[in-house]
Amino acid sequence: MAQYRRIGVTNNNDVAIVSFNDKKILDEASIQELGAELFGLVEQHNMGDILLNFTNVEFLSSAALGKLITLDRKVKASKGRMKMCNIRPEIFEVFQITKLNKVFDIRKDEAEAMTAFS
Amino acid sequence: MTESQSPQNTSSDKPSWQKSIDLPSERGASRLIMDELLDKLGEHGWASADIFSIHLAAEEAIVNAIVHGNKLSADKKVHVECFVSPTVARIEITDEGDGFKPNEVPDCTQDDRLEVPNGRGVMLIHNFMTRVEYNEKGNHVLMEKVQDA
Repeated sequence: MAQYRRIGVTNNNDVAIVSFNDKKILDEASIQELGAELFGLVEQHNMGDILLNFTNVEFLSSAALGKLITLDRKVKASKGRMKMCNIRPEIFEVFQITKLNKVFDIRKDEAEAMTAFS
Repeated sequence: MTESQSPQNTSSDKPSWQKSIDLPSERGASRLIMDELLDKLGEHGWASADIFSIHLAAEEAIVNAIVHGNKLSADKKVHVECFVSPTVARIEITDEGDGFKPNEVPDCTQDDRLEVPNGRGVMLIHNFMTRVEYNEKGNHVLMEKVQDA
């Protein structure tokens, strides 16, 4: 398993569960690194499904949204599924304003997301 | 850099705070003002959801000024003025670039643009702030949030 600086990855029933190490995802250099780690995960975890758990995330900028969009496209291209969970209300509002809640499959918590994968 | 705490204090409200600063046109330069701005919003009693909104708007606007306005040019500055009172938070940002036309930024929520990875900052600013005004050239933005009554 690759070493990551921006994310933590665990495996549950062939779903890669990703947590974020940064509370605030806004620094350009960190976002580039985050993107590279997430895209690398998709390539490595080829068959698969990915769950992004936002429990730790208090803030994210539009540049981070861009990485999530690109990630979603890469996952779909590799025939995987991507879901998100544990998004706090302020960040969910960002998704609503930008209508990304229609693009992303957003679930309440890990249990609900895992049920949706099965 | 100037900073002041106004002595005129109405009732028990904390005096307003203001600060102006020139930021270098480097990625990450927003942190030179952001932590203090967020602290002052907290000290003036702003709710965490409002602080989130103002943080996001200020971050997006400063990044736009640095990257799209000044194009990361080392000899250009981004001028930021902040004002925080218990009821009003105002941030003015001026860059030294050629400006842009806010109403020509494509709508990122159109179906055919939903999955384009960039171009969401301006829309978020408008949604999160009470008032957003650009000068005619488009290199200066004033954004203000007024505490809900």
